[in-house]
Amino acid sequence: MRYLPLTEEDRSLMLARIGVSKVDDLFVDIPADKLLSKNVDLPRAKSEMEVERILSRMAAKNATASTVPFFVGAGSYKHHVPASVDHLIQRSEFLTSYTPYQPEIAQGTLQYLFEFQTQVAALTGMDVANASMYDGSTGCGEAVLMAHRVTKRRKAVLSGGLHPHYADVVRTLSKMAEDDVVTLPADAGATEDLLASIDSSVSCVVVQNPDVFGNLRDLSPIAEKCHANGALLIAVFTEAVSLGLVKPPGEMGADIVVGEGQSIGNPLTFGGPYVGLFATRQKYVRQMPGRLCGETVDAEGRRGFVLTLSTREQHIRRDKATSNICTNAGLCSLAFTIHMTLLGEAGLRRLARVNHANACKLADALAGVKGVEVLNKSFFNEFTIRVAGDAAQVVEKMASAGVLGGVPASRLLPADAALRDLLIVANTEVNTDEDRAAFVDALRAAL
Amino acid sequence: MSVRYTKDHEYIRIEGDTGVVGITDYAQGQLGDVVFVELPEVGKRVGKGEQAAVVESVKAASEVYAPVSGEVVEVNSALEGAPATVNEDATGNGWFLKVKLANAGELDSLMDEAAYKAYCDSL
Amino acid sequence: MLNNQGRPTNPGEAGAQAPKTFTSNRALQMEEALIFEIGRPDTSGVDIDEPEAFTQRLGALERKGEIGLPGLSEPETLRHYVRLSQKNYSIDAGLYPLGSCTMKHNPRLNERMARLPGFADVHPLQPQSTVQGAIEVIEGVAHWLMELTGTKAVAMSPKAGAHGEACGMMAIKAAIAARGEAATRRVVLVPDSAHGTNPATAALIGFSVKAIPVGPEGKVHVEDVRALLGPDVAAIMLTNPNTCGLFETQISEIAKAVHDAGAYFYCDGANFNAIVGKARPGDLGVDAMHINLHKTFSTPHGGGGPGAGPVVLSDRLAPFAPVPFVVREGTNLRLVEDEAGTQAFGRMTAFHGQMGMFIRALSYMLSHGSDGLRQASEDAVLSANYIRASLADLMSLPFGNRPCMHEVLFDDEWLKGTGVTTLDFAKAMIDEGYHPMTVYFPLVVHGAMLIEPTESESLASVDLFIATLRDLAFSVQRGDTERFSGAPYFAPRRRLDETKAARNPVLRWTKPAPILKAAE
Repeated sequence: MRYLPLTEEDRSLMLARIGVSKVDDLFVDIPADKLLSKNVDLPRAKSEMEVERILSRMAAKNATASTVPFFVGAGSYKHHVPASVDHLIQRSEFLTSYTPYQPEIAQGTLQYLFEFQTQVAALTGMDVANASMYDGSTGCGEAVLMAHRVTKRRKAVLSGGLHPHYADVVRTLSKMAEDDVVTLPADAGATEDLLASIDSSVSCVVVQNPDVFGNLRDLSPIAEKCHANGALLIAVFTEAVSLGLVKPPGEMGADIVVGEGQSIGNPLTFGGPYVGLFATRQKYVRQMPGRLCGETVDAEGRRGFVLTLSTREQHIRRDKATSNICTNAGLCSLAFTIHMTLLGEAGLRRLARVNHANACKLADALAGVKGVEVLNKSFFNEFTIRVAGDAAQVVEKMASAGVLGGVPASRLLPADAALRDLLIVANTEVNTDEDRAAFVDALRAAL
Repeated sequence: MSVRYTKDHEYIRIEGDTGVVGITDYAQGQLGDVVFVELPEVGKRVGKGEQAAVVESVKAASEVYAPVSGEVVEVNSALEGAPATVNEDATGNGWFLKVKLANAGELDSLMDEAAYKAYCDSL
Repeated sequence: MLNNQGRPTNPGEAGAQAPKTFTSNRALQMEEALIFEIGRPDTSGVDIDEPEAFTQRLGALERKGEIGLPGLSEPETLRHYVRLSQKNYSIDAGLYPLGSCTMKHNPRLNERMARLPGFADVHPLQPQSTVQGAIEVIEGVAHWLMELTGTKAVAMSPKAGAHGEACGMMAIKAAIAARGEAATRRVVLVPDSAHGTNPATAALIGFSVKAIPVGPEGKVHVEDVRALLGPDVAAIMLTNPNTCGLFETQISEIAKAVHDAGAYFYCDGANFNAIVGKARPGDLGVDAMHINLHKTFSTPHGGGGPGAGPVVLSDRLAPFAPVPFVVREGTNLRLVEDEAGTQAFGRMTAFHGQMGMFIRALSYMLSHGSDGLRQASEDAVLSANYIRASLADLMSLPFGNRPCMHEVLFDDEWLKGTGVTTLDFAKAMIDEGYHPMTVYFPLVVHGAMLIEPTESESLASVDLFIATLRDLAFSVQRGDTERFSGAPYFAPRRRLDETKAARNPVLRWTKPAPILKAAE
């Protein structure tokens, strides 16, 4: 077995040093009737070539985003990731290191985490960010729990523009923790009256911007009403690139900002691993979940970094911890921070403008298709169209024609019959004019 | 002036009808560098043995329990910016909170200085 | 030829004391500034053309003002992150004996497979007909996990170990609610030796935690469990093999007692690497167990993540598994994403879980096969015991010199009165080129040192590690405390001031204030 360095001779020598005659003498604590005497019923070892053949065949069954006109979004976005990002994250010292618990030999990880935290705080317009959550959706769940700790209330209000999977995660956590959740109805037109749901019993309001249907929402009046009632505003985003062009939640009064960072540096990979971004105001820092990296000095007075404020965390606080999170999104946060460094402020802004310009072009093209209505008054790189017919069937037809043309709202909200004709369409920098023309043709044909 | 001690290493120094509560010098030595103190709100009522505050070092967080029942009438807000005071002067400027005693009789169940010293020596 | 360039060819006085350098660099150890100190807002390492003029549709929500993000060109970016990487220890560079973390070799085939466009470049919400191969990977990993654990169901979506714990405990809470006992069964039993995530998870799900004492030989006794069991108990959370590196001998009796009391048995699978192919948790009465793919199945730790924490479930808990899950309909695979019409307790995360980790884990499983997996566990246990046997005369074993599983636990009894602490000893290992073992965990022994070599080390590598620890131990005995008290001496940084970091947290870079000249 190519991954196991010990030889039969080594094993004999080692057993002799230990003073036992066979390896099963080391497994004596397992009840004898439970110790397996032979291999589990699974295939035997395979060469690298054989494994590659098997997995390549599975991979070949999937339609890949780069090979077709591709307009699928709704929480995960196809962007170009520079080649150097993937090269750097595969450096042994990043890929095969553990959580930086021994800071003297983990300054590489700690420094990029400090840089990552600073970038996320700047991007969201907040004071501080943590070293990442699993993804945007679980970060959203954690944000609600944090708001409950801060306000000592236990009722969350979820906007109807929040990604339904995120809402599901919050509802699941809240049900288990026996907290209250009010979910407003799906709100494709961004017309809901959130303000009416805010009173002094509410711990937090969760609003997504751009929302899952692509609409941009002004969070300022919501923040104002929240604060007047002692509640917190949790702002969510699923498209991090939008923050290069859209007013950040920190400037609209958000108290906690959570989002999905996949768009920057990370491939689609069928939904994970991604990276949750989590930022808040300085005054709430001790209620934050997750790891935090801080600056300090070493014994010679040189600048260095350590994990800090650890008394919030499970390995010290146990059942009184702010979260049970341990492993986070380490390497995905590295991909994020490298890509962000490559982009820089000017690059991010340009990237965001290209995304928005492309989406505007597509919206105009689709508005000209008979039987199609663009719902959004405003959007960034994603919007919702109403099609004549069942959007899921339209998507299947387009897929047969070699175009991946968006996410039917019914995929996310199957119970809501009123949404059956809605299609959520994303358009990023990867889409060309030819792609958009192919989409328009395929959509026409499918209607 | 009378001081009483708990087995969890809190002290309470009686000043009239209130008690000044903090952690003992022995406790701060065990904790190591104190980095944060979480204090209750003034006006909070605490029962004897209930959590009243939290004191944190880099690698540990310890609850501070009320030695007696009563209402919190004052907290040492200076500790928020200067937690090291707990290490430097635990029984003086490093006090945590003042409690208005609800039942002075509860003091009888606590150790006096000699008993507490013997208790620490036994640990 | 004469050496007429005057070039010296012997080291001469090179043994002299090292001078301070102008750059503070020490040859290959480069100091590296923060991106905020070397980057510029108008520089970019990505070429993007400005779009043609168009009318924005942002409402009134355009971002104004500076964001504060520096940019670097591509060569500067490479240099920055390569220099940072050189400040990190890694499995590829050396033995990484972190107990309970299973720092085994990360095969590079796995990385190549995860980057196949057919996996990396597919979207979670594409029509399912276009991603059958991706769903097949999820089903494949699920199949291997069920076979290896002797269970009939697995929830694949949890994103890491602690997330898997939450998933398993939620399934338990849902099952209890379905029995109508939600109001009464509120307590979860957790041993003192447990990883902190266990009590944190139980509290997260609204349970209160009762501690089970750990017996003098480092194990949980069934009588101690029985004494705590009652109609108020929902579950026990037990790590097996436990954090002391020992297999819980009474596991079957404990499982029976728990079930007889109407409670469930959650097993923390962090240490599964010791028993893969040797024993199946399902045979031992486990109702739910998460599996850290980033430990047992070699997906890279990546400096702290991402992980993956699928949870295998007993028949009793299977119906409550969260969405999504895979069902086979003829030759077609379908991901069930909607709870309607199921007993699923809810959803753990957006989309379908850590696909990138599933591919790597499947690549590892296929590579090892049933025979290789069993051999890997045997080798891991063998190496840990070899280290135990080779150090037992110098270091102290809190629970006696008897077989351990894949990790061996020492305490600091042998350091008493020497002036050297567990932390000092760990830091001195850094100077010797090793990452320290897990220290001060588990909490049930004083000054814990938990060593897990894994199956990935050759005998020569393990022997050198043992020789190094013996040499350090002899130094302790000789009273050579300087080797420890100031260690590490040779790492990129000396010991860091954690008190300063916690008292005055600096969690982000801020632009330094301009230096003002004293006003006249």
